[in-house]
Amino acid sequence: MKRYGLTLTGALAAVTLALTAIFGILITPPDVTQKEYARFLYLHPPMAWVAYLAFGVAALSSILYLWPRTRRAYFDHLALAAVESGVLFTGLVLVTGSMWAEPVWGTYWVWDARLTATALMFVMFLGYLALRRMGGTTEQIARRAAIVALISSINVPLVHFSVLWWNTLHQGPSVLTPGLSSQGVHGAMAWTMLLSFVAFTSLFVWMVGRRIRLEQLRSGVGNDALNDAIAARLAEGDVVEVSA
Amino acid sequence: MFRDAWAILVKDLRIELRTRVGLWQVLPFAAISLILFSFALGPKASTLAHGAAGMTWVGVLFATFLVVGRSQSLEMGTGVSEAQRLAGVDPAGMFLGKAAAVFVQLLAIEALLGLGAKLLLHMPIERLWLLVASSVLATIGLAAVGTLYGAIVAGARARETLLPMLVLPVLVPVLISAVKCWQAASVSKGLAIGEWLSILATFAVVYLAAGIILYGQVQESQ
Repeated sequence: MKRYGLTLTGALAAVTLALTAIFGILITPPDVTQKEYARFLYLHPPMAWVAYLAFGVAALSSILYLWPRTRRAYFDHLALAAVESGVLFTGLVLVTGSMWAEPVWGTYWVWDARLTATALMFVMFLGYLALRRMGGTTEQIARRAAIVALISSINVPLVHFSVLWWNTLHQGPSVLTPGLSSQGVHGAMAWTMLLSFVAFTSLFVWMVGRRIRLEQLRSGVGNDALNDAIAARLAEGDVVEVSA
Repeated sequence: MFRDAWAILVKDLRIELRTRVGLWQVLPFAAISLILFSFALGPKASTLAHGAAGMTWVGVLFATFLVVGRSQSLEMGTGVSEAQRLAGVDPAGMFLGKAAAVFVQLLAIEALLGLGAKLLLHMPIERLWLLVASSVLATIGLAAVGTLYGAIVAGARARETLLPMLVLPVLVPVLISAVKCWQAASVSKGLAIGEWLSILATFAVVYLAAGIILYGQVQESQ
């Protein structure tokens, strides 16, 4: 049932992504001021939403892993899967943002609050992935990683406010504001944007689900190898005992 | 908790006073970084004075890694951590003690670098209280984050390269706020400092609380 649900989510992601591409490229009109570059609206904001969602999921699952009553390997796998997807989408947010900013703002990069905070979040969670590769037992790695994910998530609002007061140029939120149509977003554009949010969110859920399954298989292989080694050692013990 | 913290603080500072690693290695390194920044910006007094706060605090960040690395290496000796656990040292007390020792050392380095900024980089100081208050708050944050992350990477391979990668992005709010406060301290009035001091205070409280709560878990992962 679980795997069936994941397959359905994957199918939903594929269909909605295809529809987003069709609506985004062929049906929605270009913007009055931003022209064709406005089509980045169907990529950049949903990717940014998924990036923040991913790090939120990682923080929550890390808390659940660190809490003794809810400690399960599943939450470590979930945090890892969420951070990997989050790093990917954050990287894509930075790239698509720069591609949009060059023609619209006249520069690939400005030291704006949201850009800087996103770039720092990207580096913080790259550190999380680096930490996981630095050796130790499975439990040591999981525990260290959970602590770092939690601390990094706590830091996101602090980074945001510090760079917000430091310098800000970014335009206001595009979608998560009351009265979407009153913002001047064309009807077809608004619906395509919302469709893109569904598409990227379901893609994220599917990717995380697949990654968790992979991690479970990987740790299963590790456990099998350990069990084989223990069995072999016990068998040696039997031999010694018999010969003695 | 506080009795354990005091014992750890006294132990770490006593070791530092006897070995003088901070005096002979960390302080010269921080001073060299200040001089190198000056070479990079050029000899013009106004340029140096303008960048003095930023250069000083980047130097302090670099020194933080050395102090934290040294602080954790004291716990890496054979049987040290086991002995402390057998002695029943409270993890929260351990964290507070180590962070306090790092705090004292960093504050001493900042005082000397601040003097260097005043004498060599021509940084004007109009509001000394602001300089001191922001330095104290920022250093609490640096010490708390450094101690926590230092312990997290203590058991990992390649911890020397991993520590800056993990800690530098986390310390950005401290760097920005401390530099802004020092810049404000160099003029008699005008620049708003309330939000920067509040960021420094929030950062210090959040990471002290995180360290007190999580240090036991960190020790178990070593």
